[in-house]
Formats: sequence, structure tokens, C-alpha cells
Amino acid sequence: MVNRLLRDLQGDVLAIPGRFMALVFVLLLLFLPLATKDPYILRILIFANIYVIFAVSWDLISGYTGQISFGHALFFGVAAYVAAMLNLHLGLEPWATIPIGGLAAAIAGLVVCLPALRLRGPYLSLVTLALPFILLGVVFYFSDFTGGELGVSGIARISGSRTVEYYISLTMMLVSVLIMWKLTDAKSHIVRTGIILHAIREDEIAARASGINTIRYKLMAFAVGGFFAGLAGGFYAHFMRIAGPSTLDLFLSFQAIIWAVFGGICTIYGAVVGVYILYPVVWEFLLTDFLGVSSEVRLLTFASVVVLVLLFMPEGIAVWVRDKIERTCPRCKLANAAFRHTCRACSAPLYTRRR
Amino acid sequence: MFDWERILVNGLVQGGIYALLAIGFSLIFGVARMINLAHTSFYMLAAYGVYYFGQRLGLPLIVSIVLSLLITTLIGICTYKLFIERVREHQVTVLLITLALALVFQEGVVLGFGGHYLGTPSFVSGYREIVGVKVLHQHLVILGTVLAALLGMWALLSKTRLGIAIRASAQDTEVANLMGIDVPRILLITMGIATALAAVAGIVVAPTLAIEPRMWTHPLVMIMAIVVLGGLGSVKGSFIAAFVIAFVETIVVYQFPEGAYLKGSIALLVMVIILLVRPEGLFGISLEEERL
Repeated sequence: MVNRLLRDLQGDVLAIPGRFMALVFVLLLLFLPLATKDPYILRILIFANIYVIFAVSWDLISGYTGQISFGHALFFGVAAYVAAMLNLHLGLEPWATIPIGGLAAAIAGLVVCLPALRLRGPYLSLVTLALPFILLGVVFYFSDFTGGELGVSGIARISGSRTVEYYISLTMMLVSVLIMWKLTDAKSHIVRTGIILHAIREDEIAARASGINTIRYKLMAFAVGGFFAGLAGGFYAHFMRIAGPSTLDLFLSFQAIIWAVFGGICTIYGAVVGVYILYPVVWEFLLTDFLGVSSEVRLLTFASVVVLVLLFMPEGIAVWVRDKIERTCPRCKLANAAFRHTCRACSAPLYTRRR
Repeated sequence: MFDWERILVNGLVQGGIYALLAIGFSLIFGVARMINLAHTSFYMLAAYGVYYFGQRLGLPLIVSIVLSLLITTLIGICTYKLFIERVREHQVTVLLITLALALVFQEGVVLGFGGHYLGTPSFVSGYREIVGVKVLHQHLVILGTVLAALLGMWALLSKTRLGIAIRASAQDTEVANLMGIDVPRILLITMGIATALAAVAGIVVAPTLAIEPRMWTHPLVMIMAIVVLGGLGSVKGSFIAAFVIAFVETIVVYQFPEGAYLKGSIALLVMVIILLVRPEGLFGISLEEERL
């Protein structure tokens, strides 16, 4: 067992630069609290973990089904409000309210999916855009119950210690990303959903002609994506101790798209990279702390960075880097480090790209 | 009491503005298959242009209008040439770049003018009564301009060679290319026309609204709803849907003043319901599968 794990580690993780970097990154995150317990840094990383779940779930819904959703904040907001209400009025503990919030968001996902089955492409994008707005109107209308502009406050904290909260968010992020990655992994031998979702994205009619019930898989993508976005929303509500209209904001939906597309759409890890580069590194540490950019110029610089990077790496930064450091074997389609001349499995010569 | 006078006037004005914005948006979507999230930021820029040239520099009204229109259109064309054209094949990237550009414009305006509300006086003051209904002169100006712009658009699209080329590219880019139409040039021109329409809307509406950096978001959501409701790529559909949405909004505002913040929600709800019944919009032809 241990031998096999070690062999897999050596052969399938260490041999491929991208996976090696992912491993190092996860280890760094796991051991970070040993190096610093600075509540400010931990707070930002907790937000980053929440946003990773959020952005990856957007990628699952939109990247893989090809239905660009403009209203991803719907799931976040629904779960945040549900978790907050359950905690405040029924006194449920966070470990119960967050998953229930997730389930509520999954149901919201199924409801959203009803138009998604009838509408396609841009039509769907724009209907999803409308839904958080409609809900926002409802929230403001029942402001006695929902707190209106101020939101629901006074929710229980997840834990008294920032470090514990950090580890809970990290575990939740790693598990969620792992599940979503496996669900969409086209090469997986365990679950078939990955290859089916890829097929639907490439050509829905062909997928249907091959006997795939595309409706079922779209429903699944919306429910699962909604569930995980809901987990993020519930955690956010308990971490911020407030669920307000900002959780349904248009800008939050747009941010999910920015993060996922910046990293590389339809890759799962792209969304992770996008969030970690844009949110903590560029937004908080680089712009705010290091360069001391004043808050007026911050959004401007941020947007300019996004525009410039995408101009030169239109498929996203993670995909661009991956193409530089990895090469696919032309014969067996395994990923190889870019410095190799022959494939590590079948020893077929790899292309040497000349420019 | 049903306050039909104000509803009629304001609905028509709002509908006209939405129609101008939505037709440009629909046009650029039809030809380039891109959702231009920066579309309404040109409307915002034009409103700021009128304010800047008219109030800050004190130029005569007509000069500031023309300057604002020209500069906004130029910005639109440059934006397309510099940023959008290079990534046009990647649809989602286009989406994101236009969104980021809208944010850049918004923050640029905040830097230049500050985040507070600005105003500019009406082009013509006063009001007159038309069959017993009080109408502000500014509203007449808006309606007249909208009508002129829409008629101009219709004439351009149906009578000129350029209009035929634009429609041909919208129907099938590749075949249009094979017929000798310079598609990249058509795209650039379409972008210019769409931006100019947005700029006209921004200019005429500037005196009636508070000019502020975030004034682009509400119309953006609304015109996206309108374009979908009318059927993507259908100019006639956008036109009618613009008035449907605008009247829903206006009726909500004037009949239920306590629920005025619900106006967007209700208009969008109407859109969702109509779409559930007719998935291709009011006048859309269901788009055939795009050629790969």
C-alpha cells in the first residue's frame, strides 16, 4: 500500500511539473500556520479558500457545460441567508447550517436549471444574470425578516480560534476541489461524468446522439456546482458573522468569472490558480500592502492587470504556464515535463517546438 | 389612481433610451457574436463628456455634444482595435476583457471626477402641454433624438451597401467573407456604430440623471434583459422589448412608490417568465447551431 503510494507519487506527481507545483502549494498551505499566526494573513487566506470553492464551482457549472452563468452569486447568497436564518432562529450549529445552506443552494441550482434546459448560450447567461437581482428585490421587500440593506447579523462564529477556522476552510476547500476535479476528470476510470461533461461541452447534439442523457448531466452539474458554491456562501456567512445583500451582488458573480477565466476556464485548477493569484497575491498583498496603492486606484490597477494578462494569455494564466512546462505525448496522451525528449511511459519522441 | 400621463411620458423616454442602447448591443452581438459588457460604460463616458465639456470647460452646448460623441466613439473603436480584436476567438475571454475594461472606465472616471453625483442643465428648459399632458422639453429632445437615431439606423441597415454588408456578416461571417466583404473592417465599423448609439443615449439622458461612475450597471443589466427578451440579433425585437421593460419599470415606480427599488426585479421577472414560454425571445428566430 505504502509502496504503491510512493510509486504513484514518484511516477505520476513528481514527474510532472504542474502536479509537483500543486503538491508543494498544498503543503505550503497546510504548514503555513506554523510559520505565521498573523490573524490578518490567515483572514485573507480563509477568504481565498472560500473564493476558491466559489470559483471552482462556477467552472464546474459554466466551463464544463458551456453555459456561462452570470448569476453565480445566487447560490452564494441563498446559502448565506439560509445558514444565517437557521443559526439565528433555530439555533443550529455551523456544522449543520453550512451543509444545509449548501443543499438549499443545490435546490436553487436545480431551479435555475429549469430555464437552462430550455434556453441555450447567451439566453441562459442573461437569465442567470437576472435571478440574483430578483432575489435581491425579495430580500429588500421582506426587510423585516432579512434585515434589508443591513443584512442578518449576530451569527455564531465557526470557532473561537482563527487558526482552527483556517484549517476548516482549507480542508473544506481541498475536499471540495478534489471532488469537483474528480467529477470532471475526463481520464478518470472511477466516474464517467468527466468525459461526459467534456462531450456535452464540445458538442451537445453529438453527445445526445451517442445516447447520453445530457439533461441529467446538466442537472447534476448545476446541483453539484450550486451545492459547493452554497458551502462557500454558508462558510462566508459564519466567518463574516453577517449575511447581507453583498452576497448576491452582481460584482460577486463577475468575480467568479474573472477568477476562473483568468486562471483558465474548464480546468478546475485554473480557477484555483486564478483565485490565489488575483485575490490574496495581487489584490491584498501586492496592491494594498506592498505597493500601498490607495483604494481609488486599486480596482483600476486590478482590472488593468486582468486585461493585460488576458491579452497575452487568452486561455488563462494556468493553461499558459502548463503549456510551457508540460507536453502531451503524441502517442499515449500522457503529460510529460517539457524538458524530456521522450515520453516517460511509452518512450515515443516528443515534439520539439521550434519558434 | 392610475397615473397614466407620467407613466406614458416616462415610459416612452426610458424605453427610447433602452432601445438605443439595446440596438447597439444587439448589433455588435449579431455581427461579432460577442457580449460586450463595456457597452453601457460608453453611455456613462458620453454623459461625463457632456458634463466635462459643457460645465468644466464651458464650451457651447452643441460643441460639447459633438465632442463627447466623437471622443466616445473613438474610445470605443480604439478599445475594440487594441483589446478585443486580438482575443476575439475566445468568447469567454472577450466577456472578461470587456468587463475589466468597464471597470477600468469606471475607476478612471472616479479618478478624474470623483465618485459623487454630478449634474448638467437641460439642453432646453421648460415644458409644454401636448393634448393635456405636461412634457418636459428635455424629454421631447430625447424622444426626437431617439427617433432620429433609430430611423437613421433603419435606413443604414436596410438601404446602404454598408448596412447590407453588416447584415450579411451577422447572418454568416464566413460566407460574407467569401463574398468579398472585409469582415474585420465591418466589425470595426459596427463597433463604432454601436458605441455611437450608446454615446447618443448617454448624451441626451445626461441632463435628466445623476451622472455617477456606477451609472452603467443598471442599464447594462436591463439592456441584456431586453436583448434576450426581444430575441438576440433581432433589431425589431430589441426595440419592442425595450419599451416592454421600460413600461414595466415605470409602472412599478409610479404605482407602487414604496416598492420602487423592486423595479429592476419585476422587469427581470417579466423577462424570465416570457422566456420560459418562448425560449427564443419575442421575435428571435432560434439560432441555428453555429458552424464549427
